[in-house]
Amino acid sequence: MSEQERKVKRPKDPPKSDEAQSKAAVTEKGKKIKEDLDKLMDEIDEILEENAEEFVRNYVQRGGE
Amino acid sequence: MAVEKILGTETEFGITARNTQGFDPVGNSILLINSHEAVQAIKAIWDYAGENPLLDARGFEVSGERERPSQQDNRAINKVLLNGGRLYVDGAHPEFSSPEVTNARDLVLYEKAGEWIVEMSRQAANHLLPPDGQLYLYKNNSDGKGNSYGSHENYLMARTAPFEKIIGGLTPFLVTRQVFAGAGKVGAENQTDPVEYQIAQRADFFEAWIGLDTMAKRPIINTRDEPHADEEKYRRLHVIVGDSNMSEFATYLKVGTTAILLSMVEDEWIRKDLTLEDPVRAIKEISHDVTCKRKVRLKRGVELTGVEIQREYLDMALTYYQGREVSPQVLDILEKWGWVLERLEEDPWQLHRHLDWVIKMELIRSYMERRKVGFEDQRVSMLDLQFHDIRREKGIFYVLERQGLVERILTDGEIAEAVGIPPPDTRAYFRGTCLRKYRDQVYGASWSSLLFDSGDLAVKKIPMAEPTRGTRKLVQEILDRSDTVSELLDNLTG
Repeated sequence: MSEQERKVKRPKDPPKSDEAQSKAAVTEKGKKIKEDLDKLMDEIDEILEENAEEFVRNYVQRGGE
Repeated sequence: MAVEKILGTETEFGITARNTQGFDPVGNSILLINSHEAVQAIKAIWDYAGENPLLDARGFEVSGERERPSQQDNRAINKVLLNGGRLYVDGAHPEFSSPEVTNARDLVLYEKAGEWIVEMSRQAANHLLPPDGQLYLYKNNSDGKGNSYGSHENYLMARTAPFEKIIGGLTPFLVTRQVFAGAGKVGAENQTDPVEYQIAQRADFFEAWIGLDTMAKRPIINTRDEPHADEEKYRRLHVIVGDSNMSEFATYLKVGTTAILLSMVEDEWIRKDLTLEDPVRAIKEISHDVTCKRKVRLKRGVELTGVEIQREYLDMALTYYQGREVSPQVLDILEKWGWVLERLEEDPWQLHRHLDWVIKMELIRSYMERRKVGFEDQRVSMLDLQFHDIRREKGIFYVLERQGLVERILTDGEIAEAVGIPPPDTRAYFRGTCLRKYRDQVYGASWSSLLFDSGDLAVKKIPMAEPTRGTRKLVQEILDRSDTVSELLDNLTG
């Protein structure tokens, strides 16, 4: 990142990385995410399965801070 | 005039074992921080001499016991780290305090490095533990059963800023910033209204507006007045109202916007009256509405949503920086802040790569949809917990990160480096570099001191009351030409 200082302008538009995203691209991306999610859910189930349901019931902490 | 905002965070981790029967969180936390070779190699104790967490910023001192462990206990529960941070046991939790940094991005970097250090320690500890005793650690703030543990932020401020101004200017901001900084939670706790899913982990636990407590009757504004620095020049604002974030983006925005706000408070730039009628109620009302449409009542009678209140602050910030010199990073934070608020107003779903509470909510929704289960299913609670698991291979946030499903602002390479190297531009540089170079002669450390034992009659204390000194720029040359601690002490005093 350049050390050069810049003057502030009121940002009216979203950051550049998202500017180019059309609505269709967002939908397409959503579809892709859904497919990825199917795979992900299987992976998550594997993770959750090895931890019995009682694990979450037994997760008790002493208050901290 | 606003002072440079030196920042740091403290993260308490939830800790449990495979078999929780008779699990001892204190003993296991101590084992954890003493297990990793590189961490354990540093024998410096923590210097409590300058600490007093019982001083109240409103101008009085409360009674209570100060922490003063024996030297042996001190070493067992405190680890000073090569990156200038501190790993320790606080009550029944392992905790990591980041080194002091000068900007939000570095804060994210060192908070993530701390997570890595805790994870490395967990792995090392598990080599010593039986299968049933294997440890799991969570970077969250609630066990879902009414017990909360903290995530605290620290901001250096000018002592001249009147505390009432800080309270007034900051409260509506802190109550509402959860719309992007919340870590999300299934259900409600602490006798608040039932809800399936809410924005923040900790909102349910705040019962007072202002106070010194952190463990009971938690206040939105914490008044601890312990600057760990020159107390005539500085105060340290101790913000206890936030959640721990897994998302780098959310952490960046949380501390970045808060630091901006504090500069504005110091320069008396909070010019709109956003005082809430009841901040303690409002923080829960906002947290309990994932549509972000719920309006909360201001003292002057009008009602605004959390996002609208944030927008008021953003507008003030943009005016504040008009005509002022501003760093590229602050500019970036302002842009992201506005961009996020716009999306929250339209549909928070759009931030399913950015904000913890949205990432987790969307994941849970997808899971429930595919598995045809509801919020009452234990697997959903497990998912809620597992999201914060710090294991790279099993933590669900990290599963998402690995698949490119969350926005990053750092690289793993940078984080790995920050595990052992201090930030260059605060006193943490001097602390971390001395630990590397004169490891066995560093007798003790604190945020504002370093103690050397060079074999002379007495341990020598170097005060570091100025967090902006001890930087690479100021001390590298002197460290380079000091091969021993004696030479260093001579060169520093000579």
